[in-house]
Amino acid sequence: MSKIIRLGKNRSIALTKTRVMDFATYLGVIIAFAVVTAMGSAGMLTRSFSGQLVPICCYIVMAISLNLTVGILGELSLGHAGFMSVGAFSGVIAAMSLQGAIPSDPLRLGIAMAVGAAFAALAGLIVGVPVLRLRGDYLAIVTLAFGEIIKELINCLIVGYDENGLHIVFNATGTKSVADLGLTESGIAIIKGAQGATGTDMIASFTGGFVLIMISLIIVLNLVRSRSGRAIMALRDNRIAAESVGINVTKYKLMAFVTSAALAGAAGALYGLNFSNLAASKFNFNTSILILVFVVLGGLGNIWGSIIAATVLTILPEALRGFEDYRMLAYAIVLILVMLATNNPQLKELFSKPVRSLKSQLSGGAKKGGAAGGQN
Amino acid sequence: MKKLISLVMVLAMCVFLLAGCGQSEEPAASDSPSEAPSEVSAEPAGDETDAEGASFMIGGVGPLTGDNAIYGTAVMNGVQIAVDEINAAGGINGYQIEYRFEDDVSDGESSVNAYNTLMDWGMQLLVGPVTTGPAISVSAEVYNDRVFALTPSASSPDVTAGKDNMFQMCFTDPNQGSGAATYMGSNMAGSKVAIIYRNDDAYSQGIRDTFVAEAANQDLEIVYEGTFTADTQADFSVQLTAAQSAGADVVFLPIYYQPASVILSQANAMGYAPTFFGVDGMDGILAMPNFDLSLAEGVMVLTPFSADATDEKTVNFVAEYNERFGETPNQFAADGYDCVYALKQALEAAGCTPDMSTEDICTAMIEQFTTMTFDGLTGTGMTWTSGGEVSKMPLAVVIQDGVYVSAENAG
Repeated sequence: MSKIIRLGKNRSIALTKTRVMDFATYLGVIIAFAVVTAMGSAGMLTRSFSGQLVPICCYIVMAISLNLTVGILGELSLGHAGFMSVGAFSGVIAAMSLQGAIPSDPLRLGIAMAVGAAFAALAGLIVGVPVLRLRGDYLAIVTLAFGEIIKELINCLIVGYDENGLHIVFNATGTKSVADLGLTESGIAIIKGAQGATGTDMIASFTGGFVLIMISLIIVLNLVRSRSGRAIMALRDNRIAAESVGINVTKYKLMAFVTSAALAGAAGALYGLNFSNLAASKFNFNTSILILVFVVLGGLGNIWGSIIAATVLTILPEALRGFEDYRMLAYAIVLILVMLATNNPQLKELFSKPVRSLKSQLSGGAKKGGAAGGQN
Repeated sequence: MKKLISLVMVLAMCVFLLAGCGQSEEPAASDSPSEAPSEVSAEPAGDETDAEGASFMIGGVGPLTGDNAIYGTAVMNGVQIAVDEINAAGGINGYQIEYRFEDDVSDGESSVNAYNTLMDWGMQLLVGPVTTGPAISVSAEVYNDRVFALTPSASSPDVTAGKDNMFQMCFTDPNQGSGAATYMGSNMAGSKVAIIYRNDDAYSQGIRDTFVAEAANQDLEIVYEGTFTADTQADFSVQLTAAQSAGADVVFLPIYYQPASVILSQANAMGYAPTFFGVDGMDGILAMPNFDLSLAEGVMVLTPFSADATDEKTVNFVAEYNERFGETPNQFAADGYDCVYALKQALEAAGCTPDMSTEDICTAMIEQFTTMTFDGLTGTGMTWTSGGEVSKMPLAVVIQDGVYVSAENAG
């Protein structure tokens, strides 16, 4: 409720302020990229950190995209890793089969991400069309099932490529193997069922990840600030009121959900092309929940919060290697402490004082939106 | 305000508690330099002269937590014993070994991270990764970095395919699958075989494929194939009933030991007693907590290592392992142990010193490994192809009274 009031109050006076906030987000990402790249070329980064850059980019995009569904649309998705998986494997297939046709790695990466996004969007459409018409938490249940189904389907998928084109075998009975593809001598097996994609050419780059983050930010922030975005948020806040003023529920829900799925697919393609081996079991329920944790911790509806949470929580388990066997225990403790701290009224007060004084100079918008959204 | 203070106190206590853990753990990892200096290691020159001047830096990667922790822990312990023995005996070419093992939770992404952490530490030779999927991910990195890697137990041919500096200490999956089929063909001819395998696992699927291919050439009839996935490994009554009604008298289990233990207890409960035949993933079942060893009685395992062997090396290793870690070592521990001695032999033959660059060591090691013959715990007369695959004889063991007995000695 408070949201609508706030929006109404802010519209005239804070339109430029939200814009400033958005530009601050873009600028923050660009500065972070520039600093990390400069440090990398100066040899100041550890291998451990530079090896994590691409996964961090992927998780940031995943968090942004899930925030669109959970924070802005207000629907719970528990199978976001499923869309990542669709994007990853379709992207890997595209990149590997275009190896001969397109020698340029960055171009091939771009095409792979576009293909991944397209397939994930298609999957999002298939899931979304029936489910988003329903009221209640059905999307959570269906996406949960979707994530599991995709995992099983990809385990049955055997794909190879030779000069005659793509060969695809669906190994539903469990009796087929790569030999059934009928590849010629020069053919390569791209996905080998349960073994996943092996021998993938690792063409993912930090620059590619940065470009993807920027594109995701532009898409999501512009969507949110647009007329459609206001319709989407109106649906989240009060569906009946929104319907009564003539907002097409299914259309706007689908718009947000499919965009979110497409971004997850592009992130998946980037992730898939960063490792020479990728099995479908990587994209399990735990991964979906991990991304949900990024979103919740960063603040629902708070885009830059998602970016920071995804970055910190991806680096954290590696930074805690010094704890050896107690690493994951320490990770959990840190997570709990952060959760407690961000929900503690005194701490919030403590932090919000300087932030508020800063805000009064700069803008309102996003931070407060995240905090209010968290109460949903 | 009180709340705030207590929160700060809790925070501070946690930090101190964890910091305490960290410090007490650090020295245990063979005096590894703490996190801070590793940031400098992007400039290799400074690092090599200071930290690596005196010793060979051997790193290990494997799961110490998660589902496959038993494999990673076994490898880590096996390697540790070998490193301590070598260091006590004067090291390699007079240089000591520094050894550090990192956890990868058997996940590709973590495994690459663990590998990068070790590279920051100044690793020159890698023993690992332990499990197949992560090993494929890391092998691509190893190939790009020109670091010599010897995996104790990642058995897929994809691990070594196309990489000249990645070698295996264990059998490849095709070797295990066809080895098991050949063994059954010559020792249990005419058997009706049922296979229960995990079709979302690279290792299990890989062995099943080659087993079926080779079984066609042997006097074996495959009467049933049942599958399961990571999510359905709590109940096997469907697969076991189907295998029983198909009349299978051998059940081939190319799977890890946790689901195998469920299969054994469920088969026992339903009164179905075929010969269960496992491969190296079955190894570890005897060390599983809360597992009734009587259920494993008569299970056959194809493994290169048997802890009851009477040769001096094995006896010493088993005694040492028992004393230090309180359990009988499995094949993974032995593979880890062999890896270090194989590296030692190659380093000595090539006359390598720790001040050589990682790339030079790698080149020298590739040359040695493709030409040398190595005798270890897991086989004698081992040789490696230029593709990185080892050739050694598999050994069938039977579990009797809770220990492995080689199949020939079994009563």
